[in-house]
Amino acid sequence: MSSVVATSPLTAQAFKSSYKPIWCPGCGDYAVLNSIAKAFAMLELKPENVAVVSGIGCSSRIPAYTNCYGFHGVHGRSLAAGSGLKIARPDLTVLVASGDGDGYSIGGNHFLHACRRNVDLTYIVMDNHVYGMTKGQPSPTTEPDWDSKLSPGGTGLRTFHPLVIALAAGANFVARAFSGDPNGTAEIIADAIRTPGFSFVEILSPCVTFRPEQRDWKKLVRPAPVATTDDPARAARRIMTDDGFNIGVLYKGERRPYQPPIRRDTQRVADLEAEFTI
Amino acid sequence: MSAGKRKKPGARKPAARRSASVMGRKKPATRSDSTGRADFLARAWAMELEAAERYATFADAMEAHNNLEVAELFRKLARIEQLHADQLLEEDLARHRPALPPAGIRWDEGEGPETAAPDELHYRMQPYHALQIALECEKRAYKFFADFASSATDLKVRKAAREMAEEEAEHVALIEDWLRRVPPPEEDWMHDPDPPVVSD
Repeated sequence: MSSVVATSPLTAQAFKSSYKPIWCPGCGDYAVLNSIAKAFAMLELKPENVAVVSGIGCSSRIPAYTNCYGFHGVHGRSLAAGSGLKIARPDLTVLVASGDGDGYSIGGNHFLHACRRNVDLTYIVMDNHVYGMTKGQPSPTTEPDWDSKLSPGGTGLRTFHPLVIALAAGANFVARAFSGDPNGTAEIIADAIRTPGFSFVEILSPCVTFRPEQRDWKKLVRPAPVATTDDPARAARRIMTDDGFNIGVLYKGERRPYQPPIRRDTQRVADLEAEFTI
Repeated sequence: MSAGKRKKPGARKPAARRSASVMGRKKPATRSDSTGRADFLARAWAMELEAAERYATFADAMEAHNNLEVAELFRKLARIEQLHADQLLEEDLARHRPALPPAGIRWDEGEGPETAAPDELHYRMQPYHALQIALECEKRAYKFFADFASSATDLKVRKAAREMAEEEAEHVALIEDWLRRVPPPEEDWMHDPDPPVVSD
């Protein structure tokens, strides 16, 4: 038998842990997990060189389902933890995962400043326009007229526009993907990881339990009809005028990532404490 | 499902398909094409593996939600697909185990022809629904091989693809027969007396 398999880079399966996801059957997050694993395999990474950091929510369970280092952190604070990790350990590939509630509401402020700071990490948000784990409350991306028992008649609130906000705040890579296209999503995630700086990928990931109508998203998504641009003004115009279902890399800039020099003189906690002694 | 009585699946595929379509006509069948044959085998093997993995994921998901009957059915489907993948290696590929790309094959349709879409599940689904999913997968697998057989330029690939298509057609018939013996779901099969959505 050929030795090709033994000497080949790791397969996508090697990036998955033995823990079985407990997402609802049909949830888009299963496919996102596959896409992340495929992206890592495409890039020929090793699990020990990758950290997956998350906040709280259905999507934030994802670190446990990978075989990489993981941190299932505090609600809305995944970017703070991920940024700190990347700055301290620039040798690691850091992928931060979140949902639309965790990332845009509780963690909204962190989102803005992570874009602005431009640390070299990839931020994926699995957007299903609802708080799933807490049983179906409207999130910042929920449509204003979504009628539910928890929001009778809808919230009436304008939806948050994460892609254009990321762009305005300084993200260096902005893309939209769809969980129903796992290979396309894997390629976008791989591109995001390869691109230096803060890469933001919004992944439309249907919640079949609280938003069953999102099963129709697969009929609505389409490849973005325009090529990737490095002009933020043009990208902003496109994003503001599309219907939210154009898939692809919508902006790729050339901002230099934020990476302060690593101090080697504070190796111990006591050294740090001494620094803050008044 | 596929394989079973599979013989020596020859080889040949994308290169032949592409060149035929680009030129607007089919090339005459040739006696052999080892590169194309390897590619064909890799695709057949990957298709079975991907289908097995997806069914196993489905089984895990249904098990986590205590739908054990459907979980067992998906588990069975996963075992069958894995068996087919293993048979392919045992019978024909031992010396030429395909070196699949780390991230898997990039199928034109996004995922393998026999791979079920993840959004087709529902936690209250019944065996009837699971079989319907499997039926669609088998039909796609049949079409995949039938298309392959009609466009391959390598004689052995054409023969092997035709045999596989015949097997897939048998599986389609088998599942259709199975479906006739499984009670169709009631109209309100989705009704959950203890729903996840907050009620007043």
